[in-house]
Amino acid sequence: MKWALVAAMVLATVLGDLLQSHEMKQAGEQSVSARGFARLLHVIAQRRLLILGIACNAVSFFSFMALVQTEPLSFAVPASSASFVLETLLAKFVLHERLGARRAAGALAVLAGVVLVGG
Amino acid sequence: MTNRSARSGAALKTYFVLLFFLALKAAGNSAMAWGMKQVPERMSINPALYLHAMLNPFVAMGVIALILALLTRMALFSLADLSFILPVTAIGYVIAVFLGKVFLHETVTHQRWLGTLLIFCGAALVGSTSRNTTSPEGQS
Repeated sequence: MKWALVAAMVLATVLGDLLQSHEMKQAGEQSVSARGFARLLHVIAQRRLLILGIACNAVSFFSFMALVQTEPLSFAVPASSASFVLETLLAKFVLHERLGARRAAGALAVLAGVVLVGG
Repeated sequence: MTNRSARSGAALKTYFVLLFFLALKAAGNSAMAWGMKQVPERMSINPALYLHAMLNPFVAMGVIALILALLTRMALFSLADLSFILPVTAIGYVIAVFLGKVFLHETVTHQRWLGTLLIFCGAALVGSTSRNTTSPEGQS
Protein backbone atom coordinates (compact mmCIF):
# COMPACT_ATOMS: atom_id res chain seq x y z
CA MET A 1 0.00 0.00 0.00
CA LYS A 2 2.86 2.35 0.94
CA TRP A 3 4.50 2.07 -2.51
CA ALA A 4 1.14 2.36 -4.29
CA LEU A 5 0.61 5.70 -2.52
CA VAL A 6 4.16 6.86 -3.39
CA ALA A 7 3.56 5.91 -7.06
CA ALA A 8 0.17 7.70 -7.14
CA MET A 9 1.69 10.81 -5.51
CA VAL A 10 4.73 10.96 -7.81
CA LEU A 11 2.83 10.24 -11.05
CA ALA A 12 0.07 12.73 -10.20
CA THR A 13 2.63 15.44 -9.33
CA VAL A 14 4.60 14.87 -12.55
CA LEU A 15 1.54 14.82 -14.81
CA GLY A 16 -0.05 17.81 -13.04
CA ASP A 17 3.05 20.00 -13.28
CA LEU A 18 3.79 19.07 -16.90
CA LEU A 19 0.21 19.85 -17.95
CA GLN A 20 0.18 23.15 -16.06
CA SER A 21 3.56 24.24 -17.38
CA HIS A 22 2.59 23.42 -20.99
CA GLU A 23 -0.85 25.03 -20.78
CA MET A 24 0.29 28.20 -19.00
CA LYS A 25 3.09 28.82 -21.54
CA GLN A 26 0.41 28.52 -24.26
CA ALA A 27 -1.89 30.92 -22.39
CA GLY A 28 0.75 33.67 -22.28
CA GLU A 29 2.19 35.77 -19.42
CA GLN A 30 -0.06 36.14 -16.38
CA SER A 31 0.12 38.52 -13.40
CA VAL A 32 -0.81 38.24 -9.70
CA SER A 33 -2.92 41.40 -9.26
CA ALA A 34 -6.66 41.09 -8.45
CA ARG A 35 -7.39 41.53 -12.17
CA GLY A 36 -4.63 39.03 -12.98
CA PHE A 37 -6.21 36.36 -10.74
CA ALA A 38 -9.63 36.98 -12.37
CA ARG A 39 -8.03 36.56 -15.81
CA LEU A 40 -6.27 33.40 -14.60
CA LEU A 41 -9.59 31.87 -13.45
CA HIS A 42 -10.98 32.64 -16.91
CA VAL A 43 -7.97 30.89 -18.51
CA ILE A 44 -8.49 27.83 -16.25
CA ALA A 45 -12.19 27.63 -17.19
CA GLN A 46 -11.27 27.58 -20.90
CA ARG A 47 -8.54 24.91 -20.79
CA ARG A 48 -9.50 21.31 -20.01
CA LEU A 49 -5.90 20.10 -19.75
CA LEU A 50 -5.24 22.79 -17.14
CA ILE A 51 -8.22 21.57 -15.10
CA LEU A 52 -6.85 18.01 -15.43
CA GLY A 53 -3.49 19.32 -14.16
CA ILE A 54 -5.14 20.86 -11.09
CA ALA A 55 -7.06 17.59 -10.48
CA CYS A 56 -3.71 15.75 -10.60
CA ASN A 57 -2.35 18.15 -7.95
CA ALA A 58 -5.36 17.29 -5.76
CA VAL A 59 -4.69 13.53 -6.18
CA SER A 60 -1.04 14.15 -5.28
CA PHE A 61 -2.02 16.19 -2.18
CA PHE A 62 -4.44 13.55 -0.82
CA SER A 63 -1.98 10.71 -1.60
CA PHE A 64 0.65 12.59 0.44
CA MET A 65 -1.83 13.12 3.31
CA ALA A 66 -2.72 9.39 3.27
CA LEU A 67 0.98 8.48 3.17
CA VAL A 68 1.93 10.60 6.19
CA GLN A 69 -0.91 9.05 8.21
CA THR A 70 0.86 5.68 8.13
CA GLU A 71 4.50 6.50 7.32
CA PRO A 72 6.94 8.96 8.96
CA LEU A 73 7.52 12.33 7.29
CA SER A 74 11.19 11.34 7.00
CA PHE A 75 10.07 8.69 4.49
CA ALA A 76 7.30 10.67 2.75
CA VAL A 77 9.32 13.82 1.93
CA PRO A 78 12.36 12.12 0.34
CA ALA A 79 10.00 9.69 -1.49
CA SER A 80 8.05 12.64 -2.91
CA SER A 81 11.26 14.16 -4.27
CA ALA A 82 11.37 11.33 -6.87
CA SER A 83 8.94 13.52 -8.82
CA PHE A 84 11.64 16.21 -8.94
CA VAL A 85 13.99 13.97 -10.97
CA LEU A 86 11.25 12.75 -13.33
CA GLU A 87 9.87 16.26 -13.89
CA THR A 88 13.28 17.75 -14.67
CA LEU A 89 13.98 14.99 -17.23
CA LEU A 90 10.53 15.32 -18.80
CA ALA A 91 10.88 19.12 -18.91
CA LYS A 92 13.91 18.53 -21.15
CA PHE A 93 12.49 15.77 -23.34
CA VAL A 94 8.76 16.63 -23.47
CA LEU A 95 8.66 20.43 -22.97
CA HIS A 96 12.02 20.89 -24.81
CA GLU A 97 13.50 23.12 -22.10
CA ARG A 98 17.28 23.68 -22.17
CA LEU A 99 18.76 22.39 -18.91
CA GLY A 100 22.45 23.24 -19.26
CA ALA A 101 25.18 22.18 -16.82
CA ARG A 102 24.50 24.94 -14.26
CA ARG A 103 20.76 24.25 -14.01
CA ALA A 104 21.33 20.46 -13.86
CA ALA A 105 23.97 20.86 -11.11
CA GLY A 106 21.68 23.21 -9.14
CA ALA A 107 18.74 20.80 -9.47
CA LEU A 108 20.90 17.90 -8.20
CA ALA A 109 22.07 20.00 -5.20
CA VAL A 110 18.43 20.86 -4.38
CA LEU A 111 17.42 17.19 -4.70
CA ALA A 112 20.20 16.13 -2.29
CA GLY A 113 19.13 18.92 0.08
CA VAL A 114 15.47 17.85 0.05
CA VAL A 115 16.46 14.24 0.84
CA LEU A 116 18.65 15.45 3.76
CA VAL A 117 15.94 17.80 5.13
CA GLY A 118 13.34 15.03 4.99
CA GLY A 119 15.62 12.21 6.17
CA MET B 1 11.39 50.14 -24.50
CA THR B 2 14.52 48.26 -25.72
CA ASN B 3 14.65 44.46 -25.87
CA ARG B 4 17.16 44.45 -23.03
CA SER B 5 15.04 46.53 -20.64
CA ALA B 6 11.93 44.49 -21.60
CA ARG B 7 13.85 41.32 -20.72
CA SER B 8 15.05 42.66 -17.38
CA GLY B 9 11.49 43.85 -16.62
CA ALA B 10 10.17 40.36 -17.36
CA ALA B 11 12.88 38.83 -15.16
CA LEU B 12 11.99 41.21 -12.30
CA LYS B 13 8.32 40.28 -12.68
CA THR B 14 9.25 36.57 -12.47
CA TYR B 15 11.23 37.08 -9.23
CA PHE B 16 8.40 39.19 -7.76
CA VAL B 17 5.83 36.45 -8.54
CA LEU B 18 8.26 33.86 -7.12
CA LEU B 19 8.62 35.80 -3.83
CA PHE B 20 4.85 36.30 -3.65
CA PHE B 21 4.35 32.54 -4.11
CA LEU B 22 6.90 31.68 -1.38
CA ALA B 23 5.29 34.18 1.05
CA LEU B 24 1.77 32.85 0.39
CA LYS B 25 2.90 29.23 0.75
CA ALA B 26 4.76 29.92 4.02
CA ALA B 27 1.84 31.96 5.46
CA GLY B 28 -0.71 29.35 4.31
CA ASN B 29 1.19 26.38 5.75
CA SER B 30 1.88 28.17 9.06
CA ALA B 31 -1.76 29.28 9.50
CA MET B 32 -2.98 25.79 8.58
CA ALA B 33 -0.55 24.07 10.99
CA TRP B 34 -1.45 26.49 13.83
CA GLY B 35 -5.20 26.14 13.20
CA MET B 36 -5.18 22.34 12.87
CA LYS B 37 -3.55 22.06 16.32
CA GLN B 38 -6.69 23.77 17.74
CA VAL B 39 -9.09 21.38 15.96
CA PRO B 40 -10.04 18.60 18.41
CA GLU B 41 -11.15 15.95 15.86
CA ARG B 42 -8.64 13.59 14.27
CA MET B 43 -8.87 13.77 10.47
CA SER B 44 -10.03 10.75 8.44
CA ILE B 45 -11.45 10.24 4.94
CA ASN B 46 -14.75 11.81 6.09
CA PRO B 47 -14.98 15.14 4.17
CA ALA B 48 -17.35 16.61 6.81
CA LEU B 49 -14.41 16.68 9.28
CA TYR B 50 -12.34 18.81 6.86
CA LEU B 51 -15.28 21.20 6.30
CA HIS B 52 -15.75 21.47 10.08
CA ALA B 53 -12.02 22.18 10.53
CA MET B 54 -12.37 25.10 8.10
CA LEU B 55 -14.64 26.86 10.60
CA ASN B 56 -11.44 27.59 12.53
CA PRO B 57 -10.31 31.07 11.30
CA PHE B 58 -6.62 30.07 11.05
CA VAL B 59 -7.47 26.98 8.98
CA ALA B 60 -9.77 29.10 6.74
CA MET B 61 -7.01 31.73 6.27
CA GLY B 62 -4.53 28.95 5.52
CA VAL B 63 -6.82 27.43 2.87
CA ILE B 64 -7.35 30.85 1.20
CA ALA B 65 -3.60 31.56 1.21
CA LEU B 66 -2.84 28.11 -0.25
CA ILE B 67 -5.46 28.54 -3.02
CA LEU B 68 -3.86 31.92 -3.90
CA ALA B 69 -0.45 30.18 -3.80
CA LEU B 70 -1.73 27.59 -6.31
CA LEU B 71 -2.93 30.37 -8.66
CA THR B 72 0.36 32.27 -8.21
CA ARG B 73 2.34 29.12 -9.07
CA MET B 74 0.27 28.82 -12.26
CA ALA B 75 1.10 32.44 -13.14
CA LEU B 76 4.76 31.53 -12.52
CA PHE B 77 4.45 28.64 -15.01
CA SER B 78 3.47 31.23 -17.65
CA LEU B 79 6.69 33.19 -16.97
CA ALA B 80 9.39 30.55 -16.50
CA ASP B 81 10.45 26.97 -17.28
CA LEU B 82 9.31 24.02 -15.17
CA SER B 83 12.98 23.02 -14.70
CA PHE B 84 13.64 26.56 -13.35
CA ILE B 85 10.59 26.76 -11.06
CA LEU B 86 11.04 23.37 -9.35
CA PRO B 87 14.47 24.06 -7.77
CA VAL B 88 13.90 27.75 -6.94
CA THR B 89 10.55 27.07 -5.21
CA ALA B 90 12.37 24.48 -3.05
CA ILE B 91 13.55 27.57 -1.09
CA GLY B 92 10.19 26.95 0.67
CA TYR B 93 11.92 24.08 2.56
CA VAL B 94 14.56 26.57 3.79
CA ILE B 95 11.85 29.00 4.95
CA ALA B 96 10.00 26.15 6.71
CA VAL B 97 13.17 25.14 8.63
CA PHE B 98 13.78 28.76 9.75
CA LEU B 99 10.13 29.32 10.74
CA GLY B 100 10.16 26.04 12.68
CA LYS B 101 13.38 27.04 14.47
CA VAL B 102 12.45 30.67 15.24
CA PHE B 103 8.70 30.52 15.98
CA LEU B 104 8.03 26.91 16.99
CA HIS B 105 11.45 26.43 18.73
CA GLU B 106 11.97 23.12 16.91
CA THR B 107 15.31 21.34 17.13
CA VAL B 108 17.12 21.44 13.78
CA THR B 109 19.74 18.70 13.35
CA HIS B 110 23.10 19.17 11.58
CA GLN B 111 21.79 16.96 8.74
CA ARG B 112 18.80 19.27 8.23
CA TRP B 113 21.01 22.41 8.28
CA LEU B 114 23.25 20.78 5.65
CA GLY B 115 20.19 19.95 3.53
CA THR B 116 18.98 23.54 3.89
CA LEU B 117 22.37 24.88 2.78
CA LEU B 118 22.39 22.54 -0.26
CA ILE B 119 18.86 23.67 -1.26
CA PHE B 120 19.86 27.32 -0.90
CA CYS B 121 23.03 26.91 -3.01
CA GLY B 122 21.25 24.78 -5.63
CA ALA B 123 18.36 27.25 -5.92
CA ALA B 124 20.83 30.17 -6.23
CA LEU B 125 22.67 28.29 -9.01
CA VAL B 126 19.43 27.57 -10.90
CA GLY B 127 18.22 31.14 -10.26
CA SER B 128 21.26 32.44 -12.14
CA THR B 129 20.26 30.57 -15.35
CA SER B 130 17.85 31.73 -18.09
CA ARG B 131 14.36 31.56 -16.60
CA ASN B 132 12.64 30.80 -19.90
CA THR B 133 14.37 28.74 -22.58
CA THR B 134 11.34 27.83 -24.70
CA SER B 135 10.31 31.28 -26.00
CA PRO B 136 12.88 33.63 -27.60
CA GLU B 137 11.49 36.81 -25.98
CA GLY B 138 11.52 35.25 -22.51
CA GLN B 139 15.21 34.34 -22.43
CA SER B 140 17.04 36.45 -19.85
